[in-house]
Amino acid sequence: MSGVRVLVGTVKGAFVLTADGKREQWEVQGPHFGGWEVYHVKGSPADPDRIWASQSSGWFGQVIQRSDDGGRSWEAVGNEFAYDGVPGTHQWYDGTPHPWEFARVWHLEPSLTDPETVWAGVEDAALFRSTDGGKGWAELAGLRGHGSGPHWQPGAGGLCLHTILLDPADPERIFIAISAAGAFRSDDGGATWKPINRGLRSEGILPEPEAEVGHCVHRIALHPSRPETLFMQKHWDVMRSDDAGDSWREVSGDLPSDFGFAIDVHAHEPETVYVVPILSDSEHYPPEGKLRVYRSRTGGDEWEPLTAGLPQSDCYVNVLREAMAVDSLDPCGVYFGTTGGQVYASTDAGDRWAPIVRDLPRVLSVEAQTLP
Amino acid sequence: MIRVVLPAHLRDLARVDDEVHLDVHDTPTAQTVLDALEERYPVLRGTIRDHVTKQRRAFVRYFACERDLSHDPPDNPLPDQVASGAEPFLVVGAMAGG
Repeated sequence: MSGVRVLVGTVKGAFVLTADGKREQWEVQGPHFGGWEVYHVKGSPADPDRIWASQSSGWFGQVIQRSDDGGRSWEAVGNEFAYDGVPGTHQWYDGTPHPWEFARVWHLEPSLTDPETVWAGVEDAALFRSTDGGKGWAELAGLRGHGSGPHWQPGAGGLCLHTILLDPADPERIFIAISAAGAFRSDDGGATWKPINRGLRSEGILPEPEAEVGHCVHRIALHPSRPETLFMQKHWDVMRSDDAGDSWREVSGDLPSDFGFAIDVHAHEPETVYVVPILSDSEHYPPEGKLRVYRSRTGGDEWEPLTAGLPQSDCYVNVLREAMAVDSLDPCGVYFGTTGGQVYASTDAGDRWAPIVRDLPRVLSVEAQTLP
Repeated sequence: MIRVVLPAHLRDLARVDDEVHLDVHDTPTAQTVLDALEERYPVLRGTIRDHVTKQRRAFVRYFACERDLSHDPPDNPLPDQVASGAEPFLVVGAMAGG
């Protein structure tokens, strides 16, 4: 019988949650790397037993862990993330030039086809790649060097490259997103890049609301069968592009708030999208204290609240940008983790929810692997 | 023989249970001891010092013989008691709550 492995990164370690295809009984393994921040854990589509984890600490820096047995055992691999050449500067919070400084890996994106290759999105924002199973890392410096890099400014959470999407139809095409610089696309395997932010508006945040860069993109998601269509949760606004990011239009529609962090797409329905509205940019909790996932079956604009099994009073947790995922079973499973340490699962595409675990540390990331 | 005491998280990372014993052929200094430590346990590279500059990470301290050696030049000879193995060289993570 097929199964699911849910990979959870928290501020105090990683957890591996496993179930068979019914997704009723869950085994919880962890904490792995207890006491360390684990920003992201993700498995290789090419070899599901190979899993990558970003382990970091304010004291001891960055460690990259790799498992080759589905998360039962781990080996630390290379952790040297050196910017290419002279790093240069970006803008600091006060507008002055600030040298690029590596802080941590926010996101690990394994190659769709090669288990030895993995991409890393880091703070201060840059894209790295390893092609030798994580031993060595090289920056794809064309991103920072494309022209706007010296003008990027960090968001409140840092200047982080948090989203990496590999186009399953075109191995040369990569999408990335940076807070607070915006979205970028490469059509040549990461050598050269262009901003893809036309249609984004950041009123009251940027002096020029439709600037080419500077937008605080929180997360982008795509469906593998339609990689030209992108869905974005921006700081404020839920956005959609049907031309690989060349232009965007707002699809927030009737959401109770269009602020949020997480966004994902149903595994089998490219027009079914999930978000978790958050009240505002300073009030990082659900409107009315009700934890509601909103689902659109129309690719945006029209949204329905999904509440069954979720707390509908006195709930003031957040769902962070990396903390939502789907499996590819039928019906599609949807998972998300909260800053209160709950990981919720729905085995019917969002109609009903139940917690897998309730009391983990603050959840930073959730990924789901569908196992053969 | 130089004795090195690591903080718990780095012991876990290096998969050692107790203090580490190192043979340091040059004059024992913070630099030569940490070079030998990283040679024995490559997984510790980057966790105590920067990979390239070898600068101590901000929230790591070096103690020995009830002294804070963190701000000494890294090529200063370590105290005789450390060089003789009578006292350990301590790598310490700064205190923090939460």
